[in-house]
Amino acid sequence: MCGIVGLFLKDKALEPELGSMLSRMLEVMTGRGPDSAGFAVYGDGREGFIKATLRGPAGTDFEKLSHNLATTVGEFIPIVARDTHGVIVVSADRWPAIRAAILQIAPELTVVGEGHRMELYKEVGLPADVARRFGLDSMAGTHGIGHTRMATESAVTTNGAHPFSTGIDQCLVHNGSLSNHNAVRRELKRDGVTFETDNDSEVAAAYLTHCMKHGDSLARSLERSLDDLDGFYTFVVGTRDGFGVLRDPIACKPAVLAETDRYVAFGSEYRALVDLPDIGAARVWEPEPSKVYFWGLNS
Amino acid sequence: MSATIHDSDVAAPHAIDLETETVRGLNAVLHGIGRETNQGYWRVLNPRGRHAIAVGLAAPIQIDIDGHVGYYCAGMNQQAHVVIHGNAGVGVAENMMSGFVHVKGDASQAAGATAHGGTLVIDGNAGARCGISMKGVDIIVKGSIGHMSAFMAQAGALTVLGDAGEALGDSIYEAHLYVRGAVASLGADCVVKVMRDEHKAELFEKLKRAGVDGQVDVSDFKRYGSARTLYHFHIDNASSY
Repeated sequence: MCGIVGLFLKDKALEPELGSMLSRMLEVMTGRGPDSAGFAVYGDGREGFIKATLRGPAGTDFEKLSHNLATTVGEFIPIVARDTHGVIVVSADRWPAIRAAILQIAPELTVVGEGHRMELYKEVGLPADVARRFGLDSMAGTHGIGHTRMATESAVTTNGAHPFSTGIDQCLVHNGSLSNHNAVRRELKRDGVTFETDNDSEVAAAYLTHCMKHGDSLARSLERSLDDLDGFYTFVVGTRDGFGVLRDPIACKPAVLAETDRYVAFGSEYRALVDLPDIGAARVWEPEPSKVYFWGLNS
Repeated sequence: MSATIHDSDVAAPHAIDLETETVRGLNAVLHGIGRETNQGYWRVLNPRGRHAIAVGLAAPIQIDIDGHVGYYCAGMNQQAHVVIHGNAGVGVAENMMSGFVHVKGDASQAAGATAHGGTLVIDGNAGARCGISMKGVDIIVKGSIGHMSAFMAQAGALTVLGDAGEALGDSIYEAHLYVRGAVASLGADCVVKVMRDEHKAELFEKLKRAGVDGQVDVSDFKRYGSARTLYHFHIDNASSY
């Protein structure tokens, strides 16, 4: 099972409502994935700065971490806490050192997402609870993707929740199961890619990131995945500028797209889209198998 | 999705709004209608992609559904005339026995799967596996159909005005397939067959039923069916089993 959703706004006036729209879409997909949920939102960003999302165990004190960090690096950098996650914005050249300092001070933390605009949150629990804990309703942005998980290939843990990010401003949600993820993981490891989990979807995210690191566009990377990834999948991929959709060649997992002048929306089922504005007037269709769809801020 | 239902067609339509009634409640009401009913016309409002709407009907009633529906709409239908004013999710009219189901938009995968009888008309496109294991239903798709359609089709007819995806009619038995557009590839044991007069007459009758006779020429279609080489165990194929 699993449910996936994606929303890309064309109309700037809708940006303050991105989070509330995405939150409703996620909640409707609870039946497809009640084990854990997660989402990535592309909000504001500053050129030359890295926005990173940190995740810690329940009760992590991010304010205390900011103070401890200040003692180590000589600069107070606020960390905006949202439940078990915290978001920090740091100049890009200072980020590697500060990242290392954070993980030294608080080795129990994980950096779940790095980018210029992306924030990424995920936790075990019902989608509505997860969205509420992180305050998704009040988040603004240009686009976002989300996932509700019914675990099949690996354990119900926060690490196994989606989205998976392995690159700057890149993340992926996946509905399906990959059958050759161990082989692909081994090959990627040989090329220096590191993995946090034994989850198949993380391999897909890492695969796409690896292709893009070697110069492929997102569209090309998705096309390559048709040859290299074996199994069932519908992917929704978020990038700095937009989002892409790909279904496996036999279209095993459901997918519905809707487009109006104001937005493009993806849902595992049409039900996820019914509360979007003017959905009755939207063009609604099922994406074809093996075909890469992409919407971007510059396209 | 605006309804295109004319209230003047009937004296007193019974409307059920799924914002205030559950799908289970709707179906219970519809299941309670006897075959001798005079409550002939029903409307379902606000379907909003819900699953299993108007499933298991067994009375000669007409139902207009006012928007997109989810999975298995009008499944197992007997006698009822169901019109979906929108798109249909997976498995529309699956295992239909009789009656008429009309999708005004597109249908997702497995439309008309395993259906024994009745007619399914899809104005738009149908996804993969359209008519999979069909057993007598008449399916007419005005757009195109996806891959693996009519897989193991046993009886009935699948008429497609557009194109067909890969592996059409794989392991087909005796169903008739008529496709006007391109066929990406044929499945195992499915072959092009000669279109004789009797087939043209059959096809014309189907086009008429879908309301496109006069607009579409039967001679634009090709007929596909079973080469009948997979019917029986063949010793030369022993290593394949």
